[in-house]
Amino acid sequence: MFYREAGQYKSTYSADMAVFPLKQDRIGIAVILLLAFVGVPLIGNDFFTTTVMIPFLVFSLAAIGLNILTGYTGLISLGTAAFMGVGAYACYKMTTLFPGVNIIVLILLSGLFSAAIGVLFGLPSLRIKGFYLAVATLAAQFFLQWAFVRVPWLFNYNASGAIEVPLRTVFGVPVTGATATPETRYFVCLCLVVVLTWFASNIVHGRLGRSWMAVRDMDIAAELMGIKLLNAKLTAFAVSSFFCGVAGAMMIFLWYGGGEAADVFNIRLSFNILFMVIIGGLGSLIGSFFGAAFIASLPTILKFGLPAIGIPLAGATAEHVTFMLVGALIIVFLIVEPHGLARLWQIGKQKLRTWPFPY
Amino acid sequence: MTDIAARPAPRLFANPWIKAALITAAIVLAAIVGARLDGSGTLYKIVIDPFQQMVSAPDLLAQTIWEGLVSGVLYALIALGFVLIFKASGVFNFAQGIMVVFSALTLVGLYEMGVPAFLAVILTLGVMFLLAVTIERVVLRPLVNQPDIILFMATFGITYFLIGFGESVFGGNPKRMITEQLYLPSGSIDLKILGGLVSLQKIDIAAAIIASIMIAALGLFFQYTRIGRALRAVADSHKAALSVGISLNQIWVIVWFTAGIVALITGIMWGARSDVSFALEIVALKALPVLILGGFTSIPGAIIGGLIIGIGEKMGEFYWGPLIGGGIESWLAYFIALGFLLFRPQGLFGDKIIERI
Repeated sequence: MFYREAGQYKSTYSADMAVFPLKQDRIGIAVILLLAFVGVPLIGNDFFTTTVMIPFLVFSLAAIGLNILTGYTGLISLGTAAFMGVGAYACYKMTTLFPGVNIIVLILLSGLFSAAIGVLFGLPSLRIKGFYLAVATLAAQFFLQWAFVRVPWLFNYNASGAIEVPLRTVFGVPVTGATATPETRYFVCLCLVVVLTWFASNIVHGRLGRSWMAVRDMDIAAELMGIKLLNAKLTAFAVSSFFCGVAGAMMIFLWYGGGEAADVFNIRLSFNILFMVIIGGLGSLIGSFFGAAFIASLPTILKFGLPAIGIPLAGATAEHVTFMLVGALIIVFLIVEPHGLARLWQIGKQKLRTWPFPY
Repeated sequence: MTDIAARPAPRLFANPWIKAALITAAIVLAAIVGARLDGSGTLYKIVIDPFQQMVSAPDLLAQTIWEGLVSGVLYALIALGFVLIFKASGVFNFAQGIMVVFSALTLVGLYEMGVPAFLAVILTLGVMFLLAVTIERVVLRPLVNQPDIILFMATFGITYFLIGFGESVFGGNPKRMITEQLYLPSGSIDLKILGGLVSLQKIDIAAAIIASIMIAALGLFFQYTRIGRALRAVADSHKAALSVGISLNQIWVIVWFTAGIVALITGIMWGARSDVSFALEIVALKALPVLILGGFTSIPGAIIGGLIIGIGEKMGEFYWGPLIGGGIESWLAYFIALGFLLFRPQGLFGDKIIERI
């Protein structure tokens, strides 16, 4: 009833090509941004911000990164967590070498290191395709994870072998370290994610994104049309790893606040992010957010939600049941909608357009 | 008659084997020249010293190769389960590793409940059959005709479910495999050869023999039985198989059950070497480089790939690992496989990937 395109005329090409062509969509995005920037800090408490919102933002960014590679370019990667780890270690090394530099700038810069490593491990993708490539990216995962433990230079030779996040302030407000408030960290995460999502949206709707999609749909045909496979695949690896690297730096510096990074960036994290991308929807930015919200919040919901509806769970059993439920839910979701939550969202919007008189 | 000038010149590098041989020769040559130039430097430690060690202590070399061989057989067994399912249904079955753990846990769990050992084996086979039927009904049938990556993800769902299910039924503690009850040998044979002592675990010998028997049996089954022929037909083309009246659903159950049997045998062998626990799941990831090395569709590929990976990994760890801090076993296998893949993108024995527009 309220969601109609009737009466909205486009008079320029740029208006016609807009990412959000409908006025209602633009209003919706504005409301969501307003809620995120104003509503969440006002309403949410510290627990909500740190255990739900910050993980959600970090995972969304990582999922966008993997979606660029897997969803838009069609290259399956199982090394996401390792590229995130590269970002985290690069950020740590830089902030200890240059303590005066703004930490937010460093978090963004650390993505570049991750991008460089990503390009290096992306080179086999020119020869290898499909699941062979997926297994080949596991080489990156295990090699980098090994390097995080065995190369002491990466963690400044400290005894614990962990990243210790130092106190860093931006304009006098502590952003990382023990004294940073959850609200500040949330704000920094949110700003980074919003800016980078806008960035990603522009890339995938532009020439580069189109060449990626051509490669995904059929790489030989794309090559015949004049797309350089080398450039397209390696830029996809670079951009994807950039996003993952920033997400990894955010994860350690703004969420965990330090810790055994080699344990954090393990293969299970890679798989989890792949889940987010698939459940959210391949080749869809909004799907990355849906997938991240679903997978990141599922354990929390099961942990606190099941006792609330009268199913008591003890510690160890709860974990096992969570595992079972996650597995079952993944299968159910894939059966119900193999194209992911993004497709459900589209169907919902389509239905809303004709509601309440579909004929 | 075409003009001879228009014909492309024969390219020496077109043959991958010639290319591989030339590149290997170049690397060896460069290494020898490099080692000449700095006699006691790092290059010496990388290219000369390990080989000197091998020559001076052949018993250690034999021991390392034997250990590589044994772990290679076990990798090959896991990879075999993958290949069976991939050939018949095109599903990249990530759950194979967890099926190994699950079957071993079921066997030990049943024995602990007081079931005699051999009855427990039969009951476990029953459980694996039920699992195959359930997977076919609940997961594969609704997802037929979906893209490969969706099915791959679904097997992930199966993995998570089986981990949760197994742990809540049998508990998360590591268990001991019932080796004596199954009349599997234990202890070791010490051979005095090559001027030293090489010790062979009896269970490893048994594993190698059982694996060979199983592979031979599977080969015969595929080659000479009605079901085996149907399986090969399905592997060739789903549509063509359907059109001559082969039931896909039935074939899938059979294939998953066969993979379950392979998983149980692998689980027994592996459980006899270490404890039965979900930590084995990580080891199962080692089967993946074996797969890409041998090719997803080739049973001999899985075996030979397993042996190459097993031996390469153990030798690399033993002779070159200490140079860069040790623990390289976790990733060396992937790099060995990657090296082969750069020359043959479909694995050593995989079907040639033909792409058409």
